[in-house]
Amino acid sequence: MSTGMSVESVVQAVYLVAGVLFVLSLAGLSRQETARRGVLLGMCGMVLALAATVALALVRSERPVGVTAGLILLVLLVGAAVGTWRARTVEMTQMPELIALLHSFVGAAAVLVGFGSYLTEPATPGAGGTVHLVEVFLGVLIGAVTLTGSVVAFGKLSARLRSSPLLLPGRNWLNLAAVVACGGLLWWFLTAPAVGLVPLLLMTLVALALGWHLVAAIGGGDMPVVVSMLNSYSGWAAAAAGFMLGNDLLIITGALVGSSGAILSYLMCRAMNRSFVSVILGGFGAETGAAAPGGPVEPGTYRETTALEVADRLTAARSVIVVPGYGMAVAKAQYPVADLVARLTARGTTVRFGIHPVAGRLPGHMNVLLAEAKVPYDQVLGMDEINGDFPATDVVLVIGANDTVNPAAQDDPGSPIAGMPVLEVWQAQEVVVFKRSMATGYAGVQNPLFFRENTAMLFGDAKEQVELIVQAL
Amino acid sequence: MRIGIPDDGGPLVPATPTTAARLVGLGYEVAVAAGAGAGAGFPDAAYAAAGASVVPDAEAWAADVVAVTRAPASLAAPGPAALRPGAVLIAQMSPAARPELLAELADRGVTALALDAVPRISRAQSLDVLSALSNVAGYRAVVEAAAEFGGMFSGQVTAAGTTPPATVFVIGAGVAGLAAIGAAGSLGAQVRAFDVRPEAAEQIESMGATVVRADDAAQQVSADGYAQALTADQEAAALRAYAAETAGADVVVTTALVRGTAPTTITAEMVAGMRPGSVVVDLAAPGGGNCELTVPGERVVSDNGVVVLGYTDLPDRMPRHTSELLGTAVANLVQLGTPDEDGRLVLDLDDVVVRGMTVARDGEVLWPPPPVAVSAGAAVAEGPGAAASGAAPAAAAPAPARARRPAGRVVLLAVAAVLGVLAVAASPPDQAAHFTVLALAVVVGFYVISHVTHALHTPLMSQTNAISGIILVGGMLQIGSSDPVVTTLAVLASAVASINIFGGFLVTHRMLGMFHRGGAGEGSGR
Repeated sequence: MSTGMSVESVVQAVYLVAGVLFVLSLAGLSRQETARRGVLLGMCGMVLALAATVALALVRSERPVGVTAGLILLVLLVGAAVGTWRARTVEMTQMPELIALLHSFVGAAAVLVGFGSYLTEPATPGAGGTVHLVEVFLGVLIGAVTLTGSVVAFGKLSARLRSSPLLLPGRNWLNLAAVVACGGLLWWFLTAPAVGLVPLLLMTLVALALGWHLVAAIGGGDMPVVVSMLNSYSGWAAAAAGFMLGNDLLIITGALVGSSGAILSYLMCRAMNRSFVSVILGGFGAETGAAAPGGPVEPGTYRETTALEVADRLTAARSVIVVPGYGMAVAKAQYPVADLVARLTARGTTVRFGIHPVAGRLPGHMNVLLAEAKVPYDQVLGMDEINGDFPATDVVLVIGANDTVNPAAQDDPGSPIAGMPVLEVWQAQEVVVFKRSMATGYAGVQNPLFFRENTAMLFGDAKEQVELIVQAL
Repeated sequence: MRIGIPDDGGPLVPATPTTAARLVGLGYEVAVAAGAGAGAGFPDAAYAAAGASVVPDAEAWAADVVAVTRAPASLAAPGPAALRPGAVLIAQMSPAARPELLAELADRGVTALALDAVPRISRAQSLDVLSALSNVAGYRAVVEAAAEFGGMFSGQVTAAGTTPPATVFVIGAGVAGLAAIGAAGSLGAQVRAFDVRPEAAEQIESMGATVVRADDAAQQVSADGYAQALTADQEAAALRAYAAETAGADVVVTTALVRGTAPTTITAEMVAGMRPGSVVVDLAAPGGGNCELTVPGERVVSDNGVVVLGYTDLPDRMPRHTSELLGTAVANLVQLGTPDEDGRLVLDLDDVVVRGMTVARDGEVLWPPPPVAVSAGAAVAEGPGAAASGAAPAAAAPAPARARRPAGRVVLLAVAAVLGVLAVAASPPDQAAHFTVLALAVVVGFYVISHVTHALHTPLMSQTNAISGIILVGGMLQIGSSDPVVTTLAVLASAVASINIFGGFLVTHRMLGMFHRGGAGEGSGR
């Protein structure tokens, strides 16, 4: 017993160190200069935490230590093999999907750990027992919502599911009913310890359905917010598991992740000028259908241009801003774009990138893609930094961006994206929009930018078109 | 309506043949006084070819809309006397400094639009002649300095020996300062520059100059894009930096303006410490000058042979381009006021841009305008302002909504706090300790994450995702359970959680490996 005690106390001390390392890791990730150190600190923290946990698990093992150790080794080998394989092979353009999928793993683990915790420590009488049951219930609930929500987000981001919002009649009432049902099941769960597993399973089903429905009702355009919201949920699920297991490290880490995800979601909602509640309740992009008949009819003339013409313009230009969007990721055009920019820069042209906070399907997605193509990060500016510079710019290349450069956000109070801060590309001398066709963006809103006098449309695959321009230079 | 372009005697003209054609295209009749464009190199014939009529000066003054480069000294002078009540006058007016002119304009019943009172918001930048003229002045300052300086700006290697490049020190990296940096750099000089606003350092570097740092003099990032007055400590630190820099400089261009007044940056002592033949160009001369030796409008030579230029008419010395810029701003303004392109000027005073520029109307002086709370750099605040131009009622609506929100938030927070306290109070003591840990971790998380740059959001998210795989700890602790069902569940949970940990950390590491700063060599890749 005395060895047990000393292992327990050493483990607690190691957990404390790991918690601090996680905090330092996230702090390091806030700046480019310290980001890599941040990742390494996080890895160190995780290695320490896992080593301590293995020791603790072996000490507490109720069956032969060798079997437990073997199972743990097996689990880690599976995780290392699959995780390493995914991390090495994933395309940077698929990053949002991968992150959504990984969130669902945390949700699944939370559900399983919750059930395990219930089975190892079934109801004990007294306040402590009740509190434990509530913790189990909440842990499973949050985990289940995270699980299916992330799976739907993954499906939408990888185009396995339709990205348009699923709008069931009275969807907010359905959500409310699910929450009320969970409340009722919690009461049953606490008052009928003999059949406790039944309400717990029923609640899991309701929560899985709720997670599915919540995210299915959110349009593709809001996916950046949803992914970071699910990130937050996965943290809270870990924190709930910490409560049920009485493990401070899980609580600290879960709370860190939960609050960071919440902050990111909030920052992003602010960047889109939308309230958090309206994003969560979903249905964005649906109002467009209703609003369109009453809305202004777009003037239908646009000007088409060719890669050769664009190359001429770029040769004459002294200052160029490239505004990428999700279309660049889809066409995997980041390499030719980086090549184009490097050539222009070498000629003495000032070339910068303007990134909208919600461009792409994940916050900061464009920055990752451009970094992949070796664009220096000090050449990549945020919306606030670059918006004032458009009037002094000769040519703006809009590559696969749509809603983030839509002047209707400022001009048309009736537009679904009214009030969303956008990149004011139309103030430049000339705007070239790379686009597949005249279809609307993810938000389903028509873009008056395309019909402006100083806008030229360059249709076709963005990658091929950029390569043609590079050749013509 | 008729737009008149009188001849104000100076070299500048607020309409070129090109912009006159634009005004004609907007449906106006344009009447240019004979010889108005001569000083800027635009003959009357060119205006006539652009569709304008060439008329006597008095007739131009009698038009419905009159555009001149600067407001006349008095409306009683021969030309302006013809200005009619109800007419619109577009000009630079220095409204803050000339209350008597505004009163005179209001008495006459003239609607006066001051080109130098454009609000500093992104949407109004195409009207902003002040920054355009500053740009010209900054460029010309370098040209004047190059003419006075007895050497070449760029280093030369000749058969008879080599000459080093000139060193140019620029104080104040506003529009004029940046233009001066660019012009001096293009001529081949070594350019060093200083600004009290920390955010200007990046702009200085972007123009290819070296930033002079005086950390004690650095200010907080300003809310509206203009520099603020320095504290005594900051000022002392700045002066030390100026003294060190001027002593080594061949040319000093000083452009410091704080809220319209010129602080002293170059003392007589510093000038005495400069090499003979060096040049100081004082762009702040109209506001009294940054250099103690500056005489506004004059060229002065110090006792030790340093030339101090205090010209106040630098933009006028490049009349062709200055007139083009002025003309474009006037045409942009008229276009803003002619939404239907029918030759009728409609001024919408609910538009913050028009309101800001309108200094007199219907017999009333409308200066100063209500404050526009917008930073020059922050486009986020532009949203409501832009909405105002489209629909005035819509613009008023968001304000109350925003005002209501904090109250609701306070109530929500209070309810959450009460519930939280009740939950903690109802729990056993060991659980209360967990709540403490939770609350502290949430607060730490908020503080740590609030300062993350946008560019790192994706790596941050995949890192937090990896860290949330910590739930593996819970799974592993259950693996040793004697119940086979629990063990199975725990093995499954641990497997998915460990995929998360390995995948998350590796992918974050891979992503960050790709970020690299320009010029700092290649990123380490994968």
